[in-house]
Amino acid sequence: MIVLKNVRPYGEDAVDIRVEDGVITEIGKDLTAGEIFDAQGAVALPGFVDLHTHLREPGREDTETIETGSRAAALGGYTAVFAMANTDPVADNAVVVEHVWRRGREVGLVDVHPVGAVTVGLKGEKLAELGTMARSQANVRLFSDDGLCVADPLIMRRALEYTKALDAVIAQHAEEPRLTVGAQAHEGETAARLGLAGWPAVAEEAIVARDCLLARHVGARLHVCHVSTAGTVDVLAWAKARGTRVSAEVTPHHLLLDDSRLATYDPVNKVNPPLRGHSDAAALRQALADGVVDCVATDHAPHAPQDKDCEWSAARPGMLGLQTALGIVVKTMVEPGLLDWRGVARVMSERPAEIAGLPDHGRPIAVGEPATLALVDPDARWTVDGAALASIAGNTPYEGMELPGAVIATLLRGRFTARDGKVA
Amino acid sequence: MRHLLGADRLDADTALAILDTADGLKRTLLGREVKKLPTLRGRTVITMFYENSTRTRVSFEIAGKWMSADVVNVSAGGSSVGKGESLRDTALTLAAAGADCVIVRHPASGAAHRLAGWLSDVGTCVVNAGDGTHEHPTQALLDAATLRDRLGGIDGRRIGIVGDVLHSRVARSNVHLLTTLGAEVVVVAPPTLLPTALADWPVSGLTVSYDLDAELPTLDAVMMLRVQAERMHGGFFPSAREYAVHYGLNATRLAMLPEHAVVLHPGPMLRGMEIAHAVADSPRAAITEQVANGVHVRMAVLYHLLAGEEDQA
Repeated sequence: MIVLKNVRPYGEDAVDIRVEDGVITEIGKDLTAGEIFDAQGAVALPGFVDLHTHLREPGREDTETIETGSRAAALGGYTAVFAMANTDPVADNAVVVEHVWRRGREVGLVDVHPVGAVTVGLKGEKLAELGTMARSQANVRLFSDDGLCVADPLIMRRALEYTKALDAVIAQHAEEPRLTVGAQAHEGETAARLGLAGWPAVAEEAIVARDCLLARHVGARLHVCHVSTAGTVDVLAWAKARGTRVSAEVTPHHLLLDDSRLATYDPVNKVNPPLRGHSDAAALRQALADGVVDCVATDHAPHAPQDKDCEWSAARPGMLGLQTALGIVVKTMVEPGLLDWRGVARVMSERPAEIAGLPDHGRPIAVGEPATLALVDPDARWTVDGAALASIAGNTPYEGMELPGAVIATLLRGRFTARDGKVA
Repeated sequence: MRHLLGADRLDADTALAILDTADGLKRTLLGREVKKLPTLRGRTVITMFYENSTRTRVSFEIAGKWMSADVVNVSAGGSSVGKGESLRDTALTLAAAGADCVIVRHPASGAAHRLAGWLSDVGTCVVNAGDGTHEHPTQALLDAATLRDRLGGIDGRRIGIVGDVLHSRVARSNVHLLTTLGAEVVVVAPPTLLPTALADWPVSGLTVSYDLDAELPTLDAVMMLRVQAERMHGGFFPSAREYAVHYGLNATRLAMLPEHAVVLHPGPMLRGMEIAHAVADSPRAAITEQVANGVHVRMAVLYHLLAGEEDQA
């Protein structure tokens, strides 16, 4: 039995929370008995759910493993992560997804849900065995070729249609490949001046528009990965208004950073989709506040130093995200008044859990509910030190940046997975 | 000046100082049988070329040798680069071997900037000899030197840059340097070969046109850019023939220029494509002067980078 003393659910009045057998059994004042954890007024939120994580295992264990990624997740306040399918071998069959699921359980710090590939080998040509993955022990409910777009409209239509029977959702990396041949950075004034081949906003927007039309046509659900442009926000608002079953995520880096970062040619800022313009970031923050974009997903993508400390065009796209996500959401959404703590719970936990169909995450903080929580010190400020993060890869665009809001503890079904900045 | 990475970072005073040094060196060497100055004796200059180049590499090599520097040429084909060594390791290796200056040509935009960052602790200076589609600052300096010779100055002159601006590092460097030196620059190309939002670039005195014939009578100089073969097959324009008809500098168009106007081309030229045979060989063309000025400008750049600090001391 644990008693969490002096916590403020959703930033509201301070209470004590009694946890027994993984469940919240009492919320009140002056509770005692068992193990006491004095939260000193920390904000209690439902544990975060990340729909978009690259754990790199199997294949690139030199940059991240399910264990190190789970540690980063726990320290970042996450209690469930969705491990993307672009591993080596690709998670396009039951054997690989069950391996990832089992490794996640063995580590036990966060619920690791493997994402299944939509197409065999992420090649975009032939549907992977979606049903077999869905019915495997891994119970896959999210499918994505992330990193690559399911560009062929017929394959995408079939994938959307087929998953209706599986109660699953296709998460699309929206990038029309013909419009992004050789692309290096957001197509705009900055990249043009720097001689970096452009990744135009329309390459994302055209696919999102097409997929919304397809999803509506076949009556399927669609999830849009890492929305990066103001135009995509407009398309999503339009599609949602006409009843399309579409959800969308935005990454912390697209909320905070923009293409002014390109000037140094430092590939820590290279990511796909690329950092966009200042006005895109502003539109994304507003869309997240308004609910047009449903949730925050990290696109945590560790890369080895030799794949980042090189010339821009040779570098791999992607950046760490699990341990900095909350701080960036506080910085970009809470501090400017775009979201309150109820809103943070919605975009970091409740909506992603709903989208992925996780029954025991993103639950209310109430008696009888799972004690799956993130406790956040809203007044803390900390400085990002890439080498000190739990991931094996240490390169980050946030190096040396001061972020507000620190996760002081994470509980998964009543058990501490992180506590006072250390994995528990 | 610590490095020469791009014309965008050159202020007018620095650029003019380099051009004046180049002029001085040119006069000093004029008519000399032995073209050798002792200025950089004992200094080691390494050229690192990751792309094929004849004129730029040779020009830098001659510049270094005429200044008595020890010049070592490294090409990507015949070095550890072919074995997969990273740019960073190659750069650190060359610096450790004693390079005072590394001159780099690389297909990645920003490669010289990255190199300057990696070499910042060891004190090796970096000269950008062309990075991807970004900049080629010594080309812009030699173009400016040529324009000064021919036009008597650059301030207030109107200069057209014509052709594949999108993929051209020469164009980007010239836009920055010529506007810094007070010229008006008009960039002329089909819309598919223009960089994004050119009109919004933080550069004053820059305009954009799709119509070469309309601009020619207003120009003091026109700089023709090479159209690379891969662009012809990349769908940027319908055919080489149509490009030559609309944007090629032929004898008829040459006649539309004011009489004093000068024709530049960074080379290598595609005769019959962006520039007609007769135009390239006409007295209006300053193309061989550009090459000659290239050596003097690069001598001046090496002087300012490697000898400048001794002057101050």
